[in-house]
Amino acid sequence: MHPVIQVSGVRKTYGSTVAVDDVSFEVNNGEIFGLIGPNGAGKTTTMECIEGLRTRDRGAISVLGLDPFKDVYKLQERIGVQLQQAQLQKRIKVWEAVDLWASLYRKTALDGTRLLEQLGLADKRNAWFMTLSGGQKQRLFIALALINDPEVVFLDELTTGLDPQSRRAIWELVRGIRERGKTVFLTTHLMEEAERLCDRVAIIEHGRIIDMDTPANLVKRHCPERTVILATNDPTAAEQFRAIPRAETVTRGDSQFTIRGRGDDLVTEVIHCLSENRIRVTDFRTILPNLEDVFLKLTGHSIRD
Amino acid sequence: MLRGLWKLTWIETKVFLREPLGALGTIGIPVLAFVVVGRMMGARLTPASLATNNFIGVGLPVLAAVLIAISAVLSLVTIISIYREGGILKRLRATPLRPQAILTAHVVVKLLLTAATLGLMVLAGKRYYPIGLHAPLFQFTIALLISTWSILSIGFLIASIVPTARFAQPIGGFILYPMIGVSGLFIPLASMPPPLHAVARIVPLTYAVSLLEGIWKGDAWSAHLGDLAALALVFVVCTALSAKVFRWE
Repeated sequence: MHPVIQVSGVRKTYGSTVAVDDVSFEVNNGEIFGLIGPNGAGKTTTMECIEGLRTRDRGAISVLGLDPFKDVYKLQERIGVQLQQAQLQKRIKVWEAVDLWASLYRKTALDGTRLLEQLGLADKRNAWFMTLSGGQKQRLFIALALINDPEVVFLDELTTGLDPQSRRAIWELVRGIRERGKTVFLTTHLMEEAERLCDRVAIIEHGRIIDMDTPANLVKRHCPERTVILATNDPTAAEQFRAIPRAETVTRGDSQFTIRGRGDDLVTEVIHCLSENRIRVTDFRTILPNLEDVFLKLTGHSIRD
Repeated sequence: MLRGLWKLTWIETKVFLREPLGALGTIGIPVLAFVVVGRMMGARLTPASLATNNFIGVGLPVLAAVLIAISAVLSLVTIISIYREGGILKRLRATPLRPQAILTAHVVVKLLLTAATLGLMVLAGKRYYPIGLHAPLFQFTIALLISTWSILSIGFLIASIVPTARFAQPIGGFILYPMIGVSGLFIPLASMPPPLHAVARIVPLTYAVSLLEGIWKGDAWSAHLGDLAALALVFVVCTALSAKVFRWE
């Protein structure tokens, strides 16, 4: 696994506002890498510096061995880009857009008809852009990002504004891009999206990267808390639960108990305790922290604030 | 890269023709106005007055031509600002297509549009215009295309400064239409008071009008080298300025 994107010490300011400050990371070949953070954190600016659409003030960027500023046209030949909130000509037809994009690249483009089929747009070939739904527009933008068979695909807030069903369909498509052996670099402010899609994520806030790892490792590192919620009428239960080594707090409401502790072993210990003491339960749930909790822990606020 | 430019030009033409008001407004209205005004004035004309009536013989066709050019430029200003606001320009830039090619495609579409409108107007004139057309039409078309091309560069400059697409048309019209007033179409340059004359001399449209009037009357190109040079200068200056201030997003 060698890095296809290398970013080191990048800084970008707009007037007196620092949008991106000393950002460094690498994206490996064939992975889905996510830059996650709230709106205005510097995700899009970072991505656009890497795509060659913006010039950085400081730092070094290399994409496929090219400098996105100096070799911008060479780079554009080899990457595919989906921009946040982009539009096309209102009355351009779907097939015309794909055909136009195919003509912009030096190398032979993919078969546009097949691509539209794969993205579920075959029956929209002759539709005007303005008549497409949000999900269809995003699928068309994915088609345009893939038409030149790029080595790296950039997706900026791909599913923002889509309904949950379209969102899931788009996630499937993005996994499909990785399966074709492409590297995917995406930004999102949806933690669920990052968790489900990304091999690795970098959390960015106020233009700085605060941590970077696989979603599972980030959760393990920052949020080791585990919670078990169960219901039982056993009179000895409370006492038994308090004896569980990893149980830090046990709270009770009627027949429902909430057991909190740290580490993956807490759940095993609770189950062990139940079976050893033959405690009959009528409900059993675990609550595991996710990236959302990691974000809250690292920044002190929710990503939606 | 030429392949991309050609394709973009073709698609922009199709997209423009699909616009409900696009083709009708930009092509239809100047032709209609020309025919109506021509009929109204023509009804009062006699063969004797024709020779002395410079406006119906030269002024009106040139005015119509200038209006064609300006409506093409306003349409360009509007489209560029809409494309910028919608992120279409930015999306096209995220390809190997050179930025100049994106703008060139729009210029070509507008020049085609100008030529098509003029062609329709000539056809309408043959049928409805009272005096018939004896002007060198091919050369006049070339003169109009050169004028439009030069004014289009002003359009790019206007497109760079308009804050939002909503203001594009009014701001463009506010800058361009008053130029007609001092261009020498209504008041001959020679009889203008000195301050107005000075204004007329710095207004690019004056040179377009002078060129168009001259070519319509049958002047040789060599008699209008000054006008051509002025229009070329306008193009160079406005293009250089736009290159500095043009905003893609």
